[in-house]
Amino acid sequence: MKIEILFPEYCNLFGDMSNMGYLKQCLPHGEFIETALDSEPRFLTEPMDLVYLGPMTERGQERVIEKLMPYKERIRALIQEGRVFLFTGNAVEVLGTSIEKEDGGKIHCLGLYPLTAKRDMMHRHNSTFLGKFQGQPVMGFKSQFTMAWCADESLALFQVEKGVGLNKKCKFEGIRQKNFFGTYLLGPLLIDNPPFTRYLLQCMGVQKPALAFEAAAQSAYDARLKDFKEKT
Amino acid sequence: MKRNLRFYFALFFAKGTALVLKLIGRKGTSMPGSWAIILCPDFLGRMPRPKRVIGITGTNGKTTVANLVEDALAHCGYDFVCNRSGTNVATGVASSLIANSTFFGKPKKDLAVFELDERSSPRILPYLKPDLILCTNIFRDSYKRNAHMEFIVDILNQYIPDSTRLVLNADDLVCAGLKPQNQRVYFSIDKQPGELAECHNIVRDITTCPQCGAKLQWDFVRYHHIGRASCPRCGFSSPQAQYRVLSFDPANSRMRVLLPDGEREFPLPNQSTINVYNTLSAIAMLCEFGLSGEQVARAMDQLSISQTRYSEEEIKGRKVILHLAKGQNPIACSRAFENVRDYPGTKAVILFLDDYFDAAHSVENTAWYYDTDFEFLNDPSVVQIVAAGARHWDVYLRLLLAGVPEEKIDHLPQVEEAASALKPGLADSTFILYDVYTIGLAERTRDRVKERLAQAPAKEGEAHED
Repeated sequence: MKIEILFPEYCNLFGDMSNMGYLKQCLPHGEFIETALDSEPRFLTEPMDLVYLGPMTERGQERVIEKLMPYKERIRALIQEGRVFLFTGNAVEVLGTSIEKEDGGKIHCLGLYPLTAKRDMMHRHNSTFLGKFQGQPVMGFKSQFTMAWCADESLALFQVEKGVGLNKKCKFEGIRQKNFFGTYLLGPLLIDNPPFTRYLLQCMGVQKPALAFEAAAQSAYDARLKDFKEKT
Repeated sequence: MKRNLRFYFALFFAKGTALVLKLIGRKGTSMPGSWAIILCPDFLGRMPRPKRVIGITGTNGKTTVANLVEDALAHCGYDFVCNRSGTNVATGVASSLIANSTFFGKPKKDLAVFELDERSSPRILPYLKPDLILCTNIFRDSYKRNAHMEFIVDILNQYIPDSTRLVLNADDLVCAGLKPQNQRVYFSIDKQPGELAECHNIVRDITTCPQCGAKLQWDFVRYHHIGRASCPRCGFSSPQAQYRVLSFDPANSRMRVLLPDGEREFPLPNQSTINVYNTLSAIAMLCEFGLSGEQVARAMDQLSISQTRYSEEEIKGRKVILHLAKGQNPIACSRAFENVRDYPGTKAVILFLDDYFDAAHSVENTAWYYDTDFEFLNDPSVVQIVAAGARHWDVYLRLLLAGVPEEKIDHLPQVEEAASALKPGLADSTFILYDVYTIGLAERTRDRVKERLAQAPAKEGEAHED
């Protein structure tokens, strides 16, 4: 099992690297490759079971877009082949169409799906999110400067039950294209959502996924779900 | 900005509010300032400013440093206005200025010392125009409010006036790079024996050269991105400091500090490196304000770190320690956890990590747990951990993922019962780690822990003395 973590020296905000830390504990024999921004991503030339990109600063986002832009057709082909990608936080915007800045300027992204984002640096959005994925509850937290728009509902990752989707009126959160999973939900997404994590591991080729500290993770999930339903 | 009718209306309304609050016995509120800013949004720009204004900001330590600076100035006979009993946002600053002004708003005192929330800079700094700003450090803080360091740095760079002289942390490359054109001095703690180039923290926010992007070479990493580094490609390096801690004498609780006018001894606050930085930065600030090294040293000898953030008591030879672990702040909590690990003897730890408001009304974003070094609590000397509060299952899971054996962990939702889960007599010391808004809970828990320790057998070796 090979997992590539892209640009961890920049794309490591909001506790999201814990997702990879958790996978390391779930896959003790897995090979985790960390690729720096000044290196060539390995997934372009060798098969990976998962490629992960975490959230980054706004300037970091521009550097990452610049870095990946020459490889957009290769990334598109890999997604079409069914390779597994997990992008969290504003990493989801990197493969979208564009990001509109506050001064009206546009950052052109890789354009692999029709997602546009708009920044508002003085009004940070914070919320809790409760949704559904494959019929199972999925929970998380949003803390971001952007709202996003995607007209193609077939690309929905999570259905919104409580909270905010890609934008305040959108009924879905995140982007899914084959085995590309992109979500704005921050932090310990995989730790907090055992059903989603099992599904992701199956996509990666794990036959009978066993989670690290599965009983405790499930109890924490159940307790949190109760709070999400009652308090949010 | 000129004073207009709107300003005077806001001023008089705020003064009236302050008077009413005083009559009903409420102190330390920022309500007068809130009203002033609601009624006149640019109130701070129109309010006459004292002749000299000092600002103290940064992610961690600003309250402690502001208290030290204020206490030292008071010890040296200075009369000044400050926001110590209020808040460090615009409304708190406005309230302090209103409280210390004449009927028409003229300042009664010529000097102001303000602790300033870095996120509130846009609403304060352009108006207040501090003569001198101390920035203690810049780290990740609340994701909800402060987002990330780049966001805070951009705000400070945009809103610190060009004329403001800066006192900056030379061991923090993020802080040291603020407003590069402004006049500045730096403070630093010299590399100490045993300090290596390895980082043991999850979060390390600067690993590449801020000028050319090459990987930095570290002389040593003290914690997170605090340390000294240089760039092998472009020659960039950590700046040289004018105020340096040269060495420590823990046995006599002293430290040797190099000042621009020579070396001098100062009291060593406690074993916490954070508090050494806090004290050193206060020394640098006071000297830059104009006090002599001797005046600062004499004042510092009379002061101590605020007891509301750290206190120790002893019951039958066992310590009960209250230690602030600021919630949603991964760096502050990591430092607290490291302090627990490094404290002598065996330890039990009670964790109150919930955000007080989120716990009551929402579900807290627990992402910050995973930027926090819970791994420091996975140490043989930490013999019991009690996690209490709404998110106790999440804390329990985080501790397991940090490698803490499950038999060492107790977790429960009822915070008031945390002391009951403690096994008295198991540890030499009990730490109670609490958030800013749970000091009352921490104090009640401390009293219950003391009761339990009083009923337990005395610590071995202490019974003799009894």
